[in-house]
Amino acid sequence: MAFAVPVREHYRSELEGLRQAGLFKEERYIRSPQGADISVEFPSGAPPREVINLCANNYLGLSSHADVVRAAHEGLDCRGYGLASVRFICGTQDLHRALEARLTAFLGTEDTLLFPSCLDANAGLFEAILGEADVILADRLVHASIVDGMRLCKAQQDTYKHSDMAHLEEKLAEHRDKRFRLIVTDGVFSMDGDVAKLDEIVALAARYDAMVCVDDSHATGFMGRTGRGTHELKGVMGQVDLITTTLGKALGGASGGCVSGRRELVELCRQRARPYLFSNTVAPVIVAGALKVLDLLCQSTERRDRLEENARYWRSLLTEAGFDLKAGESPIVPVMLYHAKLAQDVARDLFAEGVYVVGFFFPVVPKGQARIRTQLSAAHERHHLDRAIEAFVKVGRRYDILGKSKQEIVARYGN
Amino acid sequence: MDDLEQVIRAYVAKEYLEDGDDRTIDDHTPLISGGIVDSFSMVSLKRFLERRYGIEIPDADATPDAFDTVSRIAALVARLRARSTAPAS
Repeated sequence: MAFAVPVREHYRSELEGLRQAGLFKEERYIRSPQGADISVEFPSGAPPREVINLCANNYLGLSSHADVVRAAHEGLDCRGYGLASVRFICGTQDLHRALEARLTAFLGTEDTLLFPSCLDANAGLFEAILGEADVILADRLVHASIVDGMRLCKAQQDTYKHSDMAHLEEKLAEHRDKRFRLIVTDGVFSMDGDVAKLDEIVALAARYDAMVCVDDSHATGFMGRTGRGTHELKGVMGQVDLITTTLGKALGGASGGCVSGRRELVELCRQRARPYLFSNTVAPVIVAGALKVLDLLCQSTERRDRLEENARYWRSLLTEAGFDLKAGESPIVPVMLYHAKLAQDVARDLFAEGVYVVGFFFPVVPKGQARIRTQLSAAHERHHLDRAIEAFVKVGRRYDILGKSKQEIVARYGN
Repeated sequence: MDDLEQVIRAYVAKEYLEDGDDRTIDDHTPLISGGIVDSFSMVSLKRFLERRYGIEIPDADATPDAFDTVSRIAALVARLRARSTAPAS
């Protein structure tokens, strides 16, 4: 028997270790569409509760938008449920080509290739375009999917201190002997919510003859005046060689991702990227919904404007209440708690108060950096945020963390 | 001959501690298990050691455990240096 009792016991013990360390993650069951208000069953079997959602990547509130849902239905009716194929065999419809063209125009690039997810895009990109003679220089806080993609690639790897341009320049100089240098960064960093210094990165890249790749998953649709992303915000549209991003956050929240950028690099992904070659094509329903999302974004900046205001307001409420926040200008607002169990306890208590957030701890964030990552949406209205801050203050007082520094919180709870 | 531990401590402090981080790196400070160096950014340290000491660190030896303290790293480097200078049998 393969899964013998001692083997089962080994894994049971490992899981128990996670529970004991306060690192075990529990799923919640959502019994409504995604939105600012959702119905949640937690723990399993409990009666559903109506709660305010502050932890979705639903930045523009389009995950359940009537027009997007309608367009998705039309996609199902016109192009079916699934294609049962990878792209290059018989999995490319006219819809896919249309969406890639629309994304190219929206992002201001030369070409775009869809992937089943941005995680897949990141997994396949580097191996497709780089080799042993090249080097990838990554910010130390890039998304886990970029780390995984880099490991799959034969290019040499190096890292620079988070957003430290002097350190990046040292690395660029150190690696002058490589064939190609590719700088990789998130546009908006998913756990801290800060924005990459993309203008400085592009300038360094020009000086040291390097390419630039940005994962803009937490930026596409709302960062920059018209929501094109970090490159628009930083005034470097057309100067970033590669953008990877997702359709699973602001752009509808379903699934799908893409690589967008220089024509030859995107085409190489089409020819070689393993997730593109070996994973099923994006379903027509998703593509149709994403096309409608882009229509909505190009018609008006109202949603990204509302999101920006919501983020500013929420940050001011938390700051005034005395929470320890990571500074930033994005709709990701981390409330720092440092201790994993404290983060879980605060999240649990907030849920009891009608606010749904999740504690983030190792390995999702570094040890000693546990937090509750709050995320704003254009779907949030003032009353949501006013109600949420009441809950945060009530729970914050219970744990005596208001107006406390990191040192004080760590002294009391550990890290 | 330079002090191996001192060289490694100095490199780790410069390469991995952010401005304002006043932690002290000694020979037994847990680097990887302590979250100062993660396995992703460990490549910089590996490359530094290989270049500085003219050795090649096999992937099998470049483990988070072997790189977890300055003293362990120094022991690994010393072993590989000795191996590379040992006369062929």
